[in-house]
Amino acid sequence: MTNLVLFLVLAVVAVVTALGMLLSRNAVYAALFLVLNFATVAVFYILLEAPFIAMTQVTVYAGAIMVLFLFVIMLLGAERLPGTEPLPWQRPLAIFLALVLAVEAGYLLFARRAAGGMFASAAPDFGSPQAIGTMLFNRYLLPFEVTSVLLLVAMVGAIVLTKKEKGGRE
Amino acid sequence: MDSALILEWVIKSAILIFVLLTGFAYLTLFERRALARIQVRIGPNRAGPFGLLQPVADGLKLIFKEELTPAEADKVLFTLAPVVTVVPALILAAVIPWGRDVTLFGRQVSLSVADLNVGVLYIMAVSSIAVYGIVLAGWSSNNKYALLGGLRSSAQMISYELALGLAFVPAILLADSMRMVDIVEAQHPWWFVVIQPVGTAIFLIATLAEVNRAPFDMPEAEQELTAGYHTEYSGMKFALFFMAEYAKMIVISSIAATLFFGGYLGPGVDRYPWLGPLYLFIKIVILLFGMIWLRATFPRIRYDRLMAFGWKVLLPLALAVTFITALGIVLEMLWLIPVLSLAAGLFTVAMVHRALRRKAYARA
Amino acid sequence: MVDAWLYIGLFLLVGIVIPGMAIMISWLVAPRKPNPVKQSPYECGVETVGESRVQFKAQYYIFTLVFLVFDVETVFLFPWAVALGKLPLFVALEGIVFILILVAGLVYAWRKGMLEWV
Repeated sequence: MTNLVLFLVLAVVAVVTALGMLLSRNAVYAALFLVLNFATVAVFYILLEAPFIAMTQVTVYAGAIMVLFLFVIMLLGAERLPGTEPLPWQRPLAIFLALVLAVEAGYLLFARRAAGGMFASAAPDFGSPQAIGTMLFNRYLLPFEVTSVLLLVAMVGAIVLTKKEKGGRE
Repeated sequence: MDSALILEWVIKSAILIFVLLTGFAYLTLFERRALARIQVRIGPNRAGPFGLLQPVADGLKLIFKEELTPAEADKVLFTLAPVVTVVPALILAAVIPWGRDVTLFGRQVSLSVADLNVGVLYIMAVSSIAVYGIVLAGWSSNNKYALLGGLRSSAQMISYELALGLAFVPAILLADSMRMVDIVEAQHPWWFVVIQPVGTAIFLIATLAEVNRAPFDMPEAEQELTAGYHTEYSGMKFALFFMAEYAKMIVISSIAATLFFGGYLGPGVDRYPWLGPLYLFIKIVILLFGMIWLRATFPRIRYDRLMAFGWKVLLPLALAVTFITALGIVLEMLWLIPVLSLAAGLFTVAMVHRALRRKAYARA
Repeated sequence: MVDAWLYIGLFLLVGIVIPGMAIMISWLVAPRKPNPVKQSPYECGVETVGESRVQFKAQYYIFTLVFLVFDVETVFLFPWAVALGKLPLFVALEGIVFILILVAGLVYAWRKGMLEWV
């Protein structure tokens, strides 16, 4: 019962912050709405008994990626968004993709409900740091190592791109 | 979930908030008195005996001060920024365990308030949010100094956050858990400061930078940035920034005490669990005094040196310390950890010394 | 487990209410007599020249980008650190390989002069 009330309140907050992000004319406000949205999603993870993912969400998305976004917005002095859309084909495409997503979600919801039982109930230590550590290093060892290479590539890419820009300016 | 539990929570939150707020007020007095002693002055001693009413007087004064808002400031964010800065400082305190369970009025009362199984990660997540208050304060003020101070400060915080995050790893490795209580209990015969002295040193240095204290008080570099991100703030909003800094000092000292200095452990705690909070309090006060002492002793470092220190000294050293700790645990030779990490620490100090000497000669 | 989180939620609420109340109280009792001079930005007595939200150097952005990579790495190291005691030896080595790959990244950034604050 408490969980249901919490979920409803949070769902409203999530939708409102998402809309706020889309509709803000000021890019700094949009970024801040997105931070709030990430925080709400983190609370959803906690309700689903996955605190590890929740904390990762806050640390990485709210604490690192959005700081980067804010820096870029402030760096470019791009707080005021342009009134016109630079990419005119974007809007119809977005609406089409959103419809596809909605249909897919609805289909899954009803098809699964007909088959009975949406979710298996979680094991007692599901989502605990120990369980995640063991899983990560037994079953998902290869993806884990690939991730480290991916991070390395991301860093090298960032460095190469910014280096080039510097050379051009000089 | 019964009503008695909720009552227990409310009482605990009230006590914790009360401790943090009075702690903040008296820490300012403590700092001013201690700094005065170090500089052979007397310090505030007029308001009440030993100046004990000084924080009350300061608080009252700030409430009745006019608050100025720059004409072209972003009003909403300008008001929100101090709140956003205070909140992380307060909610960090929720996960610190004060002691073992005690029996009170025939009820088992847990002194570890919110015992999360991801406690350490929670600390990392919340401290990564703390950047926002400062960025927003700087940006919304519509003042060049404030903007530059806010940006410098946030770049500094994220740089030292890496070393801070990596300094948590040895403690987790040694305790096999992210739960704060487990980490404290794992320090039973040996505090982690003994097993991993270099990791502790990294943690303490990184926390100084996280709370923007001297010698890393770049954002407030008065000579170059007037007052950094809170240049335009006055009255109560300024007081909130002040409060955030001091509350964060207290909280971060208690985190350091919990992770590396045995938390609530001490002689006699097994017999009398009530001693736990007392030991924790003593450890926090000692660490706070250390912070104040550092402020009185060291000059501020230059900003490029500060960034270089974070990225080229602290981060590699923190990685090395993580590596060494894991090695010692895998080989089951715990004595190896302090030996190797002290060697790594000394090597780093020697390298920094050499680099600085070379620079000094190059300039001459 | 969720109980502890509820407690943190409660604490968060209290943590927002206290500074909010402080601002409210001073809004009620403090005097307010704004004038253009008071409201001008404080820049050491010199009048502001041009836009206040100046563009600043790209260095901030680069450091944040490198920070992002290492932040993700640190988060990955946490579950590894928790599970290390219960895992076979080669898994511990995998974690060390993970660290070494990222050290390579750090060395690369260093050699390319990305860590210089010019």
